[in-house]
Amino acid sequence: MELAFAVVIGALTASGVYLMLRARTFPVVVGLTMLSYGVNLFLFSSGRLATGGQPIIGSAETYSDPLPQALVLTAIVIGFAMTAFVVVLSLRSLADNDNDDHVNGRVPEQDSTPQDQEQEGANT
Amino acid sequence: MSLPLVVLLPFLGALAAPLFAQGGRTAIAVISCVPAIIGLAALYPHWAILADGGIVQHTTEWLPALGLSFSFRLDGLSLLFTLLILIIGLLIILYARYYLKPHENVGKFYALLLCFKGSMLGIVLSSNLLLMMVFWELTSLTSFLLISFWTHKKDARRGARMALAVTGGGGLALLAGILLIGNIVGSYELEDVLAAGDLIKNHSMYPVALTLVLLGAFTKSAQFPFHFWLPHAMQAPTPVSAYLHSATMVKAGVFLMARLYPALAGTEQWFYMVSFTGMATLLIGAYVAMFKHDLKGLLAHSTVSHLGLITLLFGMGTHLAAVAAVFHVINHAIFKASLFMAAGIIDHETGTRDMRRINGLWRYMPHTATLAMVAAASMAGVPLLNGFLSKEMFFAEALELNLPGLWAYLPPLVATLAGIFAVAYSARFIHDVFFNGRPVNLPIFPPHEPPRYMKIPVEILVFACLMVGMFPAFSVGPLLYAAASATLGGDVPEYQLTVAHGFNLPLLMSFVAFIGGLLMYTQRQRFFDFHARFKEIDEKAVFEAIVSQISDTAHTVTAYIENGSLQRYAMLLIVSVIAVSVLPLWDLGIAIGSNGLSPVDWPTLIGVAILVVAALGTAAVHRDRFFALVLLSVVGLLVALGFARFSAPDLAMTQLSVEVVTIVLLMLALYYMPSWTPFETPKGHRIRDILIAGAAGIGMTLITLAMLTQPFTSISEFFLENSKPGAGGTNVVNVILVDFRGFDTLGEITVLGIAALGIYAMLRHVDLTPPPGDGQGHPWTRDAYPMMLQQIARPMLPLALMISAYIFLRGHNMPGGGFIAGLITAVALILQYIASGMSWTQDRISIRYHNVIGLGLLFALIAGAGSFAFGYPFLTSTFDYVYWPVVGKFEVASALVFDLGVYLTVIGATLLALTSVGRLSPHSAIKSTNYKEGS
Repeated sequence: MELAFAVVIGALTASGVYLMLRARTFPVVVGLTMLSYGVNLFLFSSGRLATGGQPIIGSAETYSDPLPQALVLTAIVIGFAMTAFVVVLSLRSLADNDNDDHVNGRVPEQDSTPQDQEQEGANT
Repeated sequence: MSLPLVVLLPFLGALAAPLFAQGGRTAIAVISCVPAIIGLAALYPHWAILADGGIVQHTTEWLPALGLSFSFRLDGLSLLFTLLILIIGLLIILYARYYLKPHENVGKFYALLLCFKGSMLGIVLSSNLLLMMVFWELTSLTSFLLISFWTHKKDARRGARMALAVTGGGGLALLAGILLIGNIVGSYELEDVLAAGDLIKNHSMYPVALTLVLLGAFTKSAQFPFHFWLPHAMQAPTPVSAYLHSATMVKAGVFLMARLYPALAGTEQWFYMVSFTGMATLLIGAYVAMFKHDLKGLLAHSTVSHLGLITLLFGMGTHLAAVAAVFHVINHAIFKASLFMAAGIIDHETGTRDMRRINGLWRYMPHTATLAMVAAASMAGVPLLNGFLSKEMFFAEALELNLPGLWAYLPPLVATLAGIFAVAYSARFIHDVFFNGRPVNLPIFPPHEPPRYMKIPVEILVFACLMVGMFPAFSVGPLLYAAASATLGGDVPEYQLTVAHGFNLPLLMSFVAFIGGLLMYTQRQRFFDFHARFKEIDEKAVFEAIVSQISDTAHTVTAYIENGSLQRYAMLLIVSVIAVSVLPLWDLGIAIGSNGLSPVDWPTLIGVAILVVAALGTAAVHRDRFFALVLLSVVGLLVALGFARFSAPDLAMTQLSVEVVTIVLLMLALYYMPSWTPFETPKGHRIRDILIAGAAGIGMTLITLAMLTQPFTSISEFFLENSKPGAGGTNVVNVILVDFRGFDTLGEITVLGIAALGIYAMLRHVDLTPPPGDGQGHPWTRDAYPMMLQQIARPMLPLALMISAYIFLRGHNMPGGGFIAGLITAVALILQYIASGMSWTQDRISIRYHNVIGLGLLFALIAGAGSFAFGYPFLTSTFDYVYWPVVGKFEVASALVFDLGVYLTVIGATLLALTSVGRLSPHSAIKSTNYKEGS
């Protein structure tokens, strides 16, 4: 069980990190969201994995650790606030930069080299 | 109490002085005198204690944890400097009244001057080294502002910058040195530091601490090779040059050496560093002064030279030399301040400071000329004047210095040589300016005597030169004794303060210097020719070249690291995190802990498989943004399932509702963005990124695995035990959120509200036009608000609201609570926006979500502050049980009000964020109008 859980966190991290390293805003936002899933699960698991032990007094014999759960609950909500803020930031940057959504500091003119368009065309 | 008063009064005066600027220069000058006069009066009663070598101490605790206290100490040494600062300060105020022109910013000038005075008094009176450091930096700052007083002059600005860079840099070194000393001694109080001299000197960090402290002292007191800032500081108004840059501030470094003399001096390191620096400064300053055509330039280099002399005396390490050093501090302050004032008068009356043009002024201003000539004679060391006495002591000490072999000849030789130069440049000052033919092409001709009162400060100082020179024991004897005693820690050697010591070697040296100096002056043309053969080094150019070199390098480094690419920052950040965590984790060496692995069941395994595939799939297909979003939502849903699987029902519900809101928001955003990410990154980069991501993923897997299989103890026992009896709730997670850790939650919902307001502010007045289609040639659907969706969405709203109310109310005991209920309500409302459009929904729900956020935070605060009324701390909760008909026994907790605040804030923040994005495009408004027409 622990191994499976660890692999999940690893996969979320790897995917999140890869997406965060992309050059456009939207994949970066998706990557951040993915990474926050991973981080939330990791924090949650610091109370160890328990089955059928929800921390509601009287509902189980042994309870899982409620503290990481409380922390992760707010982390999920704050994580949403962060995602929302970042995605709006990217919308604003889109509006301010002539519909360019690069985050790698490139000047928009450089993007539309024939080679790039060719690659784009090949992709689509 | 009088000591802090003496230091703080000038600062109060600085606040008051500009208010009197309207009243003219006289009014403001009179007001500016008040702090010094009160200060002198407040110090007078202490004299009896100080004369016997006593100490007056005042301590108020400030930050005891840092060793910083508001403590002041008055002893002979600080008294000497305090008197110099206060008395010369008074003379400067009077002098500046006539020096400044009526149209100049007199208020600013006097305010800065008083600020400086307070800071300088702070340095000499502080008993705590950290407190002294604060005042030390303040003098650098006020000096900067005063040098650049004439802000329109480029040279003044550059000179001020240079002075600040050099003294400020030295200040940093000094701070480090003081911290080291404090670390060695265990206290920053002067009393402890001075008593711990042997401890400091035998400590292994002593050479470092000494070097750092001396760097601070040398930069402040313009010692070679940091002396170059002082001549450039002469761009300041002359009262500033006389006060800061000859009498007081430049003596701060010397004062520091005297102050810490018992703690740091007496070692070989001290001897070599201080005496050789002093010797070099003495010689270089005197040599350069000879060749300056600028009146103030000559005086500035002469000041450098005299500061070198004082430093050299301190460096010699004998007690008698220290007495001579303290004596010369007094003498130099007196004659140099009067010379600067005289130079200022000449500048004022002739319009120039160039000695090649100012000649023969004796004819025009005999009174000023007499005063200046006496002061200059004192500078040269003519008998019966104060400069002679300390110079004689200096010569005697130079002879006493026991250096091995031929080196023993060096100090007397240097001393005599510097004496020759001093006589030569003093002779030049006298002869060139007041005699030597007629003035050449003066801007103001003919020059006159200055206003009567402008000469009074000069007269007082020159009178002091004569008094000290002729009756030393009577005039400065007690003060010098008290100061020397404080410097040496009470151990004052025998010395004689008389005008003539009989015929001895020092007198011979004086004689040689005198004859040699006059000879040199008569042969000056040869020396000028000789000097002209060397290319003069422009320190300013060198300094600025170094500064611009440093700043260029900084720019290059910054531009390399911070090139504007988020991609690059993220890469560097992640790679560094991986790099710094590898080694400690490797050392930890745990793969699987002692708890071992528990068996896995098939349903969980299937969920894991789907999750991993969806997560990696999102990265793989991310170019198709819509598809990636769908896969992301799969991941989010499975994470929610995971929470449910591992006994966290609250988290599962939160994750589920947040997931809905997140995906809706990302869909909305995607509407305005290109729906495809083009191929741009070279293949090599992609492979690199895959490797980084892989390393991060594997690292996290290993860390998680190691952590999960470790035994652990939790602090949660407390929460589980007290949840029901202490807070009246059985859902421990919710109780932690609204009760035990309620303050954290308050902070979190505040952040949530701020984020939503930030989103709103960021998107105001932004107009984004969405692309006409999905980027692959398909136009958007014409049916923006499908009828089926509308018909289902509308009846859903009351149902959803009822469920959220239920979830909210039961939250204290069952999975639920304000966060989850708020999100459910938000989802239900968002559904209406999606199904029926912005305008339609807003016509019916005319709530401003800003207010909802505000209301929510208000509820939370009221719930928290309510406990004050019962005398409990913030956010103490209480609960009771009430019996309702039908429902039965029901628990009412004050935390419910807090949870209501959470509920409202979550709704307000979520909807404000989404509607801000939703109303971005005018397009959607048009569509909803269409809809209304249709319906």
